[in-house]
Amino acid sequence: MRYLPQTQAARKEMMDVIGVKHVDELFCQVPKKAMINGKANLPDHMGELEVERKMQSYANQNVDALTNRFFLGAGVYFHHIPATVDYIIQRSEFLTAYTPYQPEIAQGTLQYLFEFQTMIAQITGQEVANASLYDGATAMGEAALMAMRVTKKNKICLGNKIHPQYIDVLDMYLSNNDSATTYDIAEDANKIEDDTACVIIQSPDFFGKPHAYDAWRKACDEKGALLVVVINEIISLGMLPAPSEADIVCGEAQSVGVAMSYGGPHLGFFACREKFMRQMPGRLCGETLDADGNRGFVLTLSTREQHIRREKATSNICTNQGLCALAFTVHMSLLGEDGFKQLARINHEKACQLADSVTSIDGIELVNDTFFNEFAITLPKGVNAQDLVEKLAAQKIIAGYPADENTLLLAATEIATDNGIKALTDAIKGAL
Amino acid sequence: MSEVKYTKDHEWLNVDGDTAWIGITTYARHALGDLVFIELPEAGRAVSKGDDFAVVESVKAASEIYTPVTGEITEVNETLADDMDALKEDIATGWIVKVKMTDACEIAGLMDKAAYDEYVAGLE
Repeated sequence: MRYLPQTQAARKEMMDVIGVKHVDELFCQVPKKAMINGKANLPDHMGELEVERKMQSYANQNVDALTNRFFLGAGVYFHHIPATVDYIIQRSEFLTAYTPYQPEIAQGTLQYLFEFQTMIAQITGQEVANASLYDGATAMGEAALMAMRVTKKNKICLGNKIHPQYIDVLDMYLSNNDSATTYDIAEDANKIEDDTACVIIQSPDFFGKPHAYDAWRKACDEKGALLVVVINEIISLGMLPAPSEADIVCGEAQSVGVAMSYGGPHLGFFACREKFMRQMPGRLCGETLDADGNRGFVLTLSTREQHIRREKATSNICTNQGLCALAFTVHMSLLGEDGFKQLARINHEKACQLADSVTSIDGIELVNDTFFNEFAITLPKGVNAQDLVEKLAAQKIIAGYPADENTLLLAATEIATDNGIKALTDAIKGAL
Repeated sequence: MSEVKYTKDHEWLNVDGDTAWIGITTYARHALGDLVFIELPEAGRAVSKGDDFAVVESVKAASEIYTPVTGEITEVNETLADDMDALKEDIATGWIVKVKMTDACEIAGLMDKAAYDEYVAGLE
């Protein structure tokens, strides 16, 4: 079967018009040494059944979350997703809807995005939230760029232990701006420099420790910097106070309704104070009344966006995650405020149980005295965290994230069971 | 004695000594449509000829306003933030910023009222 729709005659006609004798002439700019001569080095074709077996054999090599004991977090969290979520997001009205470029005709899409924004604003204690971003890391990158626009300053201060991959993405976002730099102050608010656009605080931090914001707020006000709070685990806000002191609150909302899916697609969220609304990246849905006085939804402040304002847009490297935002909205609607808080408490209780259990092992110490659903432990001297994780994976236990040679991050969500926690504890004991 | 000059980007300048009051023309005001927001600069900012110093946002577009002269912004008309209707070709109330110019020669290349009217007529 041929995949090329043009006939030889049509090809010849086109080549005659542009004065080319052979198709190869169109590729003359490609260096000879970059061209593949003959066949590409790929295996031969396979039958459908063969392919299916091959792919299944690859899939069998995965150590998956469902059939193993799972204590891994480090920015992506394993939570239960009610069946209703998948049912609703797979309705074709939602599933196949592309970004609304003629937005007002898609009232359903705009309404759920509006509800999503409202939920995010309420949870984060902020005045406005956008319709979502790619993920937590790009949301943090956008927050830094926005702080630079607002303050017209170029230094980004990393206040505490931030997810290392978020910092990688931030560095990439700043890499084409020669005057933009970052610096690290290891939780010492006195070290904020005058020319700082924003201070970024992650809470709970990468080791799972929650942070208070009053000292940071005061220090930022003194230096004219914005306070950016980054959240990896949004369910923590069901127990911890909302970071209403912050100027921008952003991060990852995968925990509510979105599967881990090998690391994406996830759900970035972004909220800020109303006075900075026009500098906020991404799109924003608004509620209004139509000519007959009926409630309706619109995309508002679109003039800031890339399709209208081009190179002057608030961001040219973002979009919203419509379907993931819908999954969040559906799950959050099922939970309600009480359910959300209860879920957070269960997470914390499971983590306390896990911490008690693993620290009962001789030589294992808790690194952070406070935590939500994730914490760091130091292993006995001479025990390598990576080796331990590999060893336990062979026993169908995903023990956590090796943060450095001797430190292991462990997370427990509502998924964790008494048996699982016991199995992990026994396996660590056996491995030491 | 002041004189009013015009740019091809539809800004007007009321030049009084070494200070220029800058606003947007009636033509620009009509082209923008209903204004919803103006982003004003801070007094004290140094600007070079051609820099954008403010943004006016209508329901359809957000447009930069450019300075045709180099200097320092000495005063900003903060009342515009609350009263967008005042942003018009009116020297007394419609100015956005006052710029203390460092190079008065930059005025020479700008249009006078008659030349600007002719320029606008050519656009329509």
